[in-house]
Amino acid sequence: MSTTAKPTPDKYSLGQSMKRKEDPRFLRGHGNYVDDIVLPGMLWLSIVHSPYPHARIVKIDKTAALAVPGVVAVLTGEDLAAHNLAWIPTFHGYDKQMILAVGKVLFQYQEVAGVIASSREIAQDAAELVEVEYEPLDPVVNPFQSREDKIILRDDRENKTNHIYHWEVGKRDATDAAIAASDVSIKERVVFQRCHPAPLEPCGIIADMDAATGRLTLYLTSQAPHAHRTVVSLVTGIPEDKIHVISPDLGGGFGNKVPVYPGYVVAAAASVVIGVPVKWIETRTENLTTTGFARDYHMDVEIGATKDGKVTALKVATVADHGAFDAAADPTKYPAGLFGIVTGSYDFANAFTELDAYFTNKPPGGVAYRCSFRVTEASFAIERGMEILARKLNMDPAELRLKNFIKKEQFPYPSPLGFVYDSGDYHLTLRKALDIIGYDALRQEQKEKRTRGELMGIGISTFTEAVGAGPSKHFDIMGIKMFDSAEIRVHPTGSAILRAGTKSQGQGHETTWAQIAADELGLDPQNIMVEEGDTDTAPYGLGTYASRSTPVAGAAIAMAARKIREKARKIAAHLLEAPVDDIEWENHAFHVKGLPENAITMQTIAFAAYTNPAPDTEPGLEATFYYDPPNLTFPYGAYIAVVDVDAETGFVKVRRFLAIDDCGTVINPMIVEGQIHGGLTEGFAIAFMQELAFDADGNSLNTNFTEYLVPTSLETPHWETSSTCTPSPHHPIGAKGVGESPNVGSPAAFVNAVMDALAPLGVTHIDMPLTREKVWRAVRSAKGAAKT
Amino acid sequence: MNISVTVNGKPYQRDVEPRTLLVYFLREALGLTGTHVGCDTSSCGVCVVVLDGDRAVKSCTMFAAMADGHEITTVEGLVQGGKLHPLQQAFWDCHGLQCGYCTPGMLMTSYALLKHQPNPDEPAIREALSGNLCRCTGYQNIVKAVQQAAAETNAPAPEPVAT
Repeated sequence: MSTTAKPTPDKYSLGQSMKRKEDPRFLRGHGNYVDDIVLPGMLWLSIVHSPYPHARIVKIDKTAALAVPGVVAVLTGEDLAAHNLAWIPTFHGYDKQMILAVGKVLFQYQEVAGVIASSREIAQDAAELVEVEYEPLDPVVNPFQSREDKIILRDDRENKTNHIYHWEVGKRDATDAAIAASDVSIKERVVFQRCHPAPLEPCGIIADMDAATGRLTLYLTSQAPHAHRTVVSLVTGIPEDKIHVISPDLGGGFGNKVPVYPGYVVAAAASVVIGVPVKWIETRTENLTTTGFARDYHMDVEIGATKDGKVTALKVATVADHGAFDAAADPTKYPAGLFGIVTGSYDFANAFTELDAYFTNKPPGGVAYRCSFRVTEASFAIERGMEILARKLNMDPAELRLKNFIKKEQFPYPSPLGFVYDSGDYHLTLRKALDIIGYDALRQEQKEKRTRGELMGIGISTFTEAVGAGPSKHFDIMGIKMFDSAEIRVHPTGSAILRAGTKSQGQGHETTWAQIAADELGLDPQNIMVEEGDTDTAPYGLGTYASRSTPVAGAAIAMAARKIREKARKIAAHLLEAPVDDIEWENHAFHVKGLPENAITMQTIAFAAYTNPAPDTEPGLEATFYYDPPNLTFPYGAYIAVVDVDAETGFVKVRRFLAIDDCGTVINPMIVEGQIHGGLTEGFAIAFMQELAFDADGNSLNTNFTEYLVPTSLETPHWETSSTCTPSPHHPIGAKGVGESPNVGSPAAFVNAVMDALAPLGVTHIDMPLTREKVWRAVRSAKGAAKT
Repeated sequence: MNISVTVNGKPYQRDVEPRTLLVYFLREALGLTGTHVGCDTSSCGVCVVVLDGDRAVKSCTMFAAMADGHEITTVEGLVQGGKLHPLQQAFWDCHGLQCGYCTPGMLMTSYALLKHQPNPDEPAIREALSGNLCRCTGYQNIVKAVQQAAAETNAPAPEPVAT
């Protein structure tokens, strides 16, 4: 059985804007999110929260709540303690966190009790009737106050200090000496404010203990279903085969759905004890006040340079606010994540960075909000620092960058803080950006405007990311190596099912994963079904966050497909009656060397694999691959923002924004562009709007979407995008990951643009978010100072 | 209390608690889970449905009882004769959705907009959608999708106004 039909290469090739396969169900309202699932006999969990940021719990009275008809149980920390579940280990295992408060509460809105009832409304009503008597304590609301150790927050810990850890990398003495000896140096404290990913779908769970089978099924808003299964098993002692995690459609994640939250644990414990399904869906207030925040880094940035603008040394010292528990989502050996990427795209001879983390009376977290672990904070520090240095040197910021970029021929480039950058051509990408935006003309326009007192600014950010954790020799979470996996089964008629250890939250894996496999196998991507998120069926993987899906699982898919192709080559040899060594793969089909017109498709081979396999091969056509990347990938970009600032109102109009991204090989340009639009919008939000702020008493000031401002269609600027392509030399298809680049790179571009606009007034730095009030005050005080 | 509503052309009579929000009535009493819940403050718009054919309403901000005697269209009611509505098709063509959670609300707000303004320009679309949050797309492709749907619905395009 053979065919001479030659497939059109284009149909299968990477790089096409194929429409998304997952869209039809979402468009029809047939998505399947956790809250859409209803199980027979299901109960509801509602959580009681602390009104105080720091207080002793004197007494909890459940009586009134238990008297409400429909209430099944009221659980407190002491009830959980009886099952050894009052505390669980945090993400990397170095600390523990309370599930329901025992003894005292450590942040406002902390979970104190759980009410289980027959409906959402009854659970919520009864939660209000749980009477908790508190004895308020003085709160500690910022890390600088915390490090004085006058009030020790965590009396459960052996070390009576609020200091969690010190971390450093690089050469301190050489860096200090180089900065001291430099012609020009700058030092600035830049704060990356506490903010929240706030996916539109809040977090939730349905825990379903089946007493008959002894299996616990968890329908969970999970970016990492396998990791969550393992954690549940380790914490509860339930054998892992008795735990089934299903992460259905996710309404966004952005890092928020990586950690394990108290609501999950209480619902699961309740279901195990009561023996019926228990659902918990958090409110928006619970989402913003209790689940994983991001950033909260106070960074002192120092750069030394020669007088003609060659950088000589970089030092960044950070104070990090981790909240009540050290629940930061970073790989075990990297407490400050990949912050060492702070030397950015520049060739520094000397660099040193250190970080001290502290407990405060704020919610725990420190998730990688649309970024690889702490890369956003690092990129912001270096890109702000370079801008400030350019101004001090009286040098054009583009010229300063071009002068200090790592050169194309220096790759692979060993950075002074321990990374080996895989590839890049930073000069090409920035020059393309300058050209497209018309940089020289904009500078001319700015010059003219400045003579009239108009505030126009141009901001550049040329960031480099480190994504795709990771090489397992470096990266693990609670000991589990950060590989990822794929399994492909080709059916007899030439369609296939592909399963991966990742979990899409809107990134479009059902489309792009099919495209990778289609290109490797010459199968129709429309007929490659992609399935993720079910731990009973998907191969083990660490999930989707930190831009690791394409660098790691994407590679696993290509490698699994290549295993299939090797087997298919043997079947092709059998069918074409030629030696295996003479079989060539070209234009997505096999042919005998020198006889390309007699090609045989994968579809034909698939049928043969089940009906007429070669005598010495196993029947069937499938493969699994666990991919452990040899290195991280290093996507990068050149972003330029153009803004006009209204001195009278503080309003910043983002007139233009251009993003040139280099993420290596592009699988689906439409999806990549969509990812960039979304990430830029979140970067814009962080630069101008989003902040989790607290008053001096530790009260949360941003508890819902009327206070925690996310951009609407009205504020969001129009995005211009373009690309360069420097394939990753070590990734099987040369891809690097892209979903987070725009959120990593853009905040500095916005802030640099606003500071550039305010430069004539002598304003050097304003901390984000750059609200109208902050900008207006800066303008007013600068003008006032000028008058005196 | 007992209410009568028509949802996606189908009449329903149900007993509801007076405090039941329309969104929970649709999701839990009728099983129409395409209409979502995303905030507690009427800010996000993932719950938008269309009331009486042309009014976009946030169904988290209406009691089910207030819908008594009215017609509701939800995202599940957009497909006609098995065919995607031009808005649904345009959102698909233009990559106007990613995680899909805001999509039903976006579609229903756009549906009501086009009933009132068949040819909205970009500022009008952005204004109309300003009560619907999206965390994934940056809105640009959503705006493009609404423009495409408007163009298709109104084809042939009207004569340009002479200036």
